[in-house]
Amino acid sequence: MAKSTGELTGVYIREHTKKKERNKKKKKQTEVVLLGSILPVLLFILWEFLSRQGVFPAYQLPAPSAVFSAILDMAATGALWEHISITVYRVFAGFLFGTIAAVLLGSLVGFYQKAEHIFDPIIQAFRSIPSLAWVPLFILWMGIGESSKITMIAVGVFFPVYLNLVSGILGVDRKLIEVGKMYKLTPLQQVRRIILPASLPSFFVGVRSGLGLGWMFVVAAELMGASQGLGYLLVLGQNTLSPETIIASIILFAFIGKSTDWLLKILEARSLYWQDRFAKT
Amino acid sequence: MSLTLRNVSRTFAGASAVRNISLSVQPGEIVGLLGTSGCGKSTILRAISGLDDGYEGEIEINGNTAKEVHDTTGFIFQEPRLLPWLTVLDNVIFGLKGEHADKQKRAKEYIADVGLEGKEKLYPRQLSGGMAQRVAIARALVTSPEILLLDEPFSALDAFTKMQLQDLLLDVWKTYQSTVVLVTHDIDEATYLCDRIVILRGQPGEIDREITLTEQRPRKRGSEELARYKADILESLNLDRARSIT
Ligand SMILES: Nc1ncnc2c1ncn2[C@@H]1O[C@H](COP(=O)(O)OP(=O)(O)O)[C@@H](O)[C@H]1O
Ligand SMILES: [Mg+2]
Repeated sequence: MAKSTGELTGVYIREHTKKKERNKKKKKQTEVVLLGSILPVLLFILWEFLSRQGVFPAYQLPAPSAVFSAILDMAATGALWEHISITVYRVFAGFLFGTIAAVLLGSLVGFYQKAEHIFDPIIQAFRSIPSLAWVPLFILWMGIGESSKITMIAVGVFFPVYLNLVSGILGVDRKLIEVGKMYKLTPLQQVRRIILPASLPSFFVGVRSGLGLGWMFVVAAELMGASQGLGYLLVLGQNTLSPETIIASIILFAFIGKSTDWLLKILEARSLYWQDRFAKT
Repeated sequence: MSLTLRNVSRTFAGASAVRNISLSVQPGEIVGLLGTSGCGKSTILRAISGLDDGYEGEIEINGNTAKEVHDTTGFIFQEPRLLPWLTVLDNVIFGLKGEHADKQKRAKEYIADVGLEGKEKLYPRQLSGGMAQRVAIARALVTSPEILLLDEPFSALDAFTKMQLQDLLLDVWKTYQSTVVLVTHDIDEATYLCDRIVILRGQPGEIDREITLTEQRPRKRGSEELARYKADILESLNLDRARSIT
C-alpha cells in the first residue's frame, strides 16, 4: 500500500515536473522573442520621433507610420498580394530548380569519382564567375520573362547547395562506412542508410544559404526588368520619388525572407533532432 | 567454424606493418593479440575481418579464403561507431535482415543482455561512453557471429565499466560459444579473458610468442596465477629495455 502511494506520487511528480518544464520552455521562448524585439522597437520609436521632429526630411526618409500606411494602401487595392506572390513564386521556383539540379549533380559527383573528375573542374570554374554577371546573357537568351528570372535565381541557389552537398558526402566518416561494410550493405544501401543521413547536416547548411542567395537574386532579377514583384516596387519607388514605397519593399523583403529561412530552420531541426550540437543556455 | 592465418603480411606504401603472421584459432577459443602500440594488431584484425583486403598470404574462414567480409564475422571497434541518427534499438537492428517485428524482438533481447533495458529509444548523443560501447556490443552480437573480432574495445572506458564489460563479454561468449579474437594492449585484460595470448613484437610486427592459459574461469582478477602470467608477458615484451633505449 505504502509502496503504491509512493509510486503514485512518483508519477504525479513526474507529470508535474514535465508540465513545469514545458512552461519553463515556453517562458524561455517568449523571453527570447522579447529580448530580440527590444532594439527594433526602440529604433522604430526613435525613427518615428526624429521624423516627426523633422530631423529626416520626408522626401528622403519618411516616418515608419508613412511606410506602414503605404503598405496598407497597397494591401487595400490588392496590389500588395500580387507583388508578394509573384516574388515568392519566383524565389520558390528558382530555389526548387536550383536545389534539384544541385542534388542530382552533387550526388553524382559525391558518389562517383569519375563524375567528380568530369564535372567538378568546370563547376568550380563557373563558380568563380559572380553569378550576377549572367544576368544580361540570360535576358538576351530568354527575354525579360519569368524564365530568365527563375534561371538566374536557380543559378544562385545551385552553388551553395551543390558545394555543401558534395563536401558533406565526401566528408562522411570512414568509420561509419566501415560499419556498413561489416554488415555487407550494397552500395545503394550504403548510400541510403549511411551516406545520405550523414551528409544531411551539411546539405541543410547549403540549402539555407542557397535560399538566402535566392532572395538576393530575385531582387537583382526584378531590378533588371519586371512589371510586378517586390523588386519592381524598388524601381517604382525610385522613379516616382516615393521613398516610402522603397522602404516598404525592403521591410517586406526582410520579413518574408526571414520567414522562409525560419521555415527551413524548423525543417532542419526536425530532420536533425539526433545531432549533438552546442546549444547556448 | 575455423579461422586460420597463413603467412599474412601487410605493407602500407612500401612500409611493412606486419610480417608472416600464421595463426590457427580453435572454435570457441578466446585468443588475445597483445603488443605495444603500432606493432600491427589492428592491421591483423582488419585483415581477418575483410575490411582490409590489401594483405598478402591467406586467411581461411570456414574453408573460405576470399578476401571479403564474411557473414559469420562480427567486429567491435575501439569506438562505439553508432549511427547518430538512429536510436539504440535501430542501431542494434542495423545489421539484421528479415521481418521487422522479428528484428525488433531479437534486438530487444540483446539490448537487455547488455544491460540497457529501457534505453531503446535514446539517441547515441544521450549515452555515456560505457553505454554506447554496450550498444556496439549488442549490435555485433545480435547477428550471432561465429567469429567475434574486437579491437581494443574497452580501452577508452573507465576501470569499473571496463571490468563490467569484460565480464559481459565472457557471459555472451559462454552463451553463444563464439570464437573471439581480441586485440588489446592491456595485459590484465588479456590474462583475465584469453585462452591463449599471442604476443606481437617489433616493427614490422611479428609473432614473438604464444602463451596458453589453462586457468579455469571464472578467473580472479589480481590472483597470483594471473600475476605470474603478467610477469612472464612483461618479460617477453621486455619493456624495461625498450624504455632505456627510447
Ligand atoms: N591505413 C594505413 N596506412 C598507412 N599505414 C598504416 C595504416 N594502418 C596502419 N598503418 C601502419 O601500420 C603499423 C601498424 O598499425 P596498427 O595495426 O594500427 O597498430 P596497432 O593496432 O598495433 O597499434 C603502424 O606503423 C601504422 O602507422
Ligand atoms: Mg590499433
